[in-house]
Amino acid sequence: MFNLLSENWSTFLLGFWNTILCSVIALFFSLVIGSGFAILETVPSKFWRGVAKVYVEIFRNIPLLVVTMVFYLVLPTYTPLKLTGFQAGTIGLSIYSSAFIAETVRSGINSVGEGQMEGARSNGMTYWQAMRYVILPQAFKIVIPALGNQFVNLIKNSSILAFVAGFDLMYQGDIVASNTFQTIPSYVLVGIFYLILTLPMSYYMQYLEKKTA
Amino acid sequence: MAAIIEFKNVNKYYGTYHALKDINLSIDEGEVVSVIGPSGAGKSTLIRTINGLEGISSGVLDVDGHDLADKRTDLNKIRRDVGMVFQHFNLYENHTVLENIMLAPRIVLHRDEQENRQLAEKLLKQVGLLDKEEAYPRQLSGGQKQRVAIARSLAMKPKVLLFDEPTSALDPEMIQDVLDVMKNIAAQGMTMVVVTHEMGFAREVSDRVIFFDQGTVLEDSRNPQDFFEHPHHMRAQEFLSKVIDR
Repeated sequence: MFNLLSENWSTFLLGFWNTILCSVIALFFSLVIGSGFAILETVPSKFWRGVAKVYVEIFRNIPLLVVTMVFYLVLPTYTPLKLTGFQAGTIGLSIYSSAFIAETVRSGINSVGEGQMEGARSNGMTYWQAMRYVILPQAFKIVIPALGNQFVNLIKNSSILAFVAGFDLMYQGDIVASNTFQTIPSYVLVGIFYLILTLPMSYYMQYLEKKTA
Repeated sequence: MAAIIEFKNVNKYYGTYHALKDINLSIDEGEVVSVIGPSGAGKSTLIRTINGLEGISSGVLDVDGHDLADKRTDLNKIRRDVGMVFQHFNLYENHTVLENIMLAPRIVLHRDEQENRQLAEKLLKQVGLLDKEEAYPRQLSGGQKQRVAIARSLAMKPKVLLFDEPTSALDPEMIQDVLDVMKNIAAQGMTMVVVTHEMGFAREVSDRVIFFDQGTVLEDSRNPQDFFEHPHHMRAQEFLSKVIDR
């Protein structure tokens, strides 16, 4: 297995790098988009709450593969938009994950007592000031462990890139496996690379969970 | 004295439930008004309409010259001048005591930072908690939290302070500290509307007592001593005999 790794080092490394790149980009955008929809799900306006609900329910309940295929196959067919596998996969992953992150952050916002908002409003703050300075800082603190789990899921789900030729870890592993016919060792190595990314994250989250509990 | 709060035929419904029934009530600048009555009478609803935490269904509610029912009225602006102290304090859990007091003046009034801090510390001293300025709300007792909440409201330099059962969630030995602070504020001429079960406060400190029951003002007395000794309305007599002879 060590030989397999050293002989295919650059192939694995490219995959490892692309998986990290995709995960970091998707992590950023899913957090921003997800938080945005979480806030929208808690605003007083029924209309905007409805819009957010529809978004979250759609993307939470469609398989990631289907979402990704929309960007990889459907959009290029009907629009001038041409996306590489890496781009389509990263966008699909961002949107899919954002729906779960929205639900996580929303639960955090809801678990901050109503009194905090009333206190802030009675103190003269606008709704958005109250959100910014009082509600959201508390909400994020509450959901850090849950968000961490979402991030671990996101890293694992980045293997979706393998389906759309995204040159990620899984895809590169496939290549090594089919070139060398050492199928099992190749996928074991892929698994180890994923663990290198996800295990520290998991342990850090467990640590945070204990600390904030 | 000019009226700063005026209810004219105000009604409030929750669905079909008639919470406030045709309220007509005028409160003058500088008045200290205690609102007493049984639980579920609508006292909290009444006071929460004054800063727009609860909207009204019909009528006119005039606060400091602004009609709260008018959609063009900016409630945020009203709330700068109408502070509120809650039963459960509602301090910002993610900020220190000092920050709790300084936050709104900074971001709402854009008060100069140094001036803001000086006033905050002066207010903390006034409520006897200057040594707690770096503490977080979770490190304080109920009575301390409530005194910080009062200081936080005062920091906005409001024209009116509303108190919604400020001592109801406190241990008995904490109540007096909070009442002393309130008495102090009343003595400085603040307009105060206080929903309370503290009959001592209503009797000794307030200028006026309103007995509220079933969504309506049953008795409105500008002579609290007289009200407690000779309540006119039967419901008020029943209520007082229950709360005073326990």
